[in-house]
Amino acid sequence: MSRFSGFFSSSIGKKMTVALTGLFLCIFLVVHLWGNLQLFYADEGFALNKYTVFMTTNPLIKFISYVLYFSILWHAFKGLHLAWQNRRARPVRYAVTNGKANSIWASRNMGLLGTVILVFLAVHLTNFWAEYHWGELPYTKYVVDLGTGEILGTEDVTGQGYSEKGFVLTDIENEQEIHVYKDMYKVVEAGFQQPLIVLLYLVSMIALGFHLRHGFQSSFQSMGLNHPKYNGAIRWVGTVIFGILIPIGFATMPIYFYFFHTT
Amino acid sequence: MKLTLKVWRQKNREAKGAFETHQIDGISPDMSFLEMFDVLNEKLINEGKEPIAFDHDCREGICGTCSMFINGRPHGPKRGITTCQLHMRSFQDGDTIVVEPWRAGPFPVIKDLVVDRSAFDRIIASGGFVSVNTGNAQDANSIPVAKEDADDAFDAAACIGCGACVAACKNASAMLFVSAKMSQLAHLPQGQPERRRRALAMVAQMDKEGFGNCTNTYACEAECPKLISVSNIALMNREYLGATVKSDE
Repeated sequence: MSRFSGFFSSSIGKKMTVALTGLFLCIFLVVHLWGNLQLFYADEGFALNKYTVFMTTNPLIKFISYVLYFSILWHAFKGLHLAWQNRRARPVRYAVTNGKANSIWASRNMGLLGTVILVFLAVHLTNFWAEYHWGELPYTKYVVDLGTGEILGTEDVTGQGYSEKGFVLTDIENEQEIHVYKDMYKVVEAGFQQPLIVLLYLVSMIALGFHLRHGFQSSFQSMGLNHPKYNGAIRWVGTVIFGILIPIGFATMPIYFYFFHTT
Repeated sequence: MKLTLKVWRQKNREAKGAFETHQIDGISPDMSFLEMFDVLNEKLINEGKEPIAFDHDCREGICGTCSMFINGRPHGPKRGITTCQLHMRSFQDGDTIVVEPWRAGPFPVIKDLVVDRSAFDRIIASGGFVSVNTGNAQDANSIPVAKEDADDAFDAAACIGCGACVAACKNASAMLFVSAKMSQLAHLPQGQPERRRRALAMVAQMDKEGFGNCTNTYACEAECPKLISVSNIALMNREYLGATVKSDE
């Protein structure tokens, strides 16, 4: 076996690829959260719908999204493969184990937590990503003042023969811009009215928090980065930012739409 | 002290084992865990029964021979000690103690609490050595070693190869052991000539033996009787990556 393919099939090579794809997914989460916070603008989805067109058409973003799909699949299936191999390494189990005496709960349950997140992803992508690409979406027209950028009016234009993701017309005479978008905002609004979906999202965000609380710092160790100089900083970012703040940030969306949002 | 012991009994490698319960009385709190087993075995011998087989040698915590998975933890409940250094005062009178052998595919049970740890020997044979030319020994001071490197090498070299890391790890991974053996040589000038070859060969042998993959739970570090740090595993990851990139093999 060549040393290159040998690396990827070795125990260390495998965990390094899981670590690298995991860190890439962490960066994605930050961008995804930042973009989705536009749901909270009181503009009937104008900013979010415009952003969605950008995110699904920009060539660079498109390229990164393919890297993302690959990373998700690699991280999930390599992770499950490792978990399966690890179970096989102990064919006879202990009658008594005391894991909490020597390790944190999240670190011992990454396979379980990851599986919850994988199920969540399947539902999440079906509800929003697939729906946006192939579903019958409502269309909304926004009239925007050219000078101030203020939204002067919105109109539901569903069923008027639009098929593009969105377009902008400039009305020089009235100093207005007419934006017509596939209305992703309404899809999100409707999705988060379903209690089971909201519950799944909240449970999954808790799982994500625990997964990242171990996973973020663990990926640095797998990459060989372990030094008292920066271990504390890595642990802090993994626990506070990725373990707590980011999952809470995502969880605010279903909570807001289910409990506080009125259409 | 009066205790109830649930001990794993297994006739040989192929036999199906089971737990056996023993009541034992008159145990001094100052006895070591192994001495308590000696008392139990004498009782069994006097009753004409087969004594419980367990590994032991130096009984002063430095040889790495004793094992035993006690109440769900390798070497029992105390930090930084081997089973031979565990004293009965660490338990309460009337306790029930469950004792199992190390459990891992590459550590098959030979008899009762004794497992075959020769997988570790094969890993060492694959690369955990330095080649030394014959002739007069060099003057020690002719090879300069930084104090920090000497300290790190010594800390790694404290590994006694008992296998508690494998026993504690939920994945039965041997990475703490292998990394300690790699690290002690990687830190010193004598370990440099074979450094890359060693990293590739030891990891390949470790994988071949069927040990699990490390998922950084750090249970190994918490249970290691010699308190070997998981920073050695990070070092091994770097060594392996570096060797993959640079080695001609």
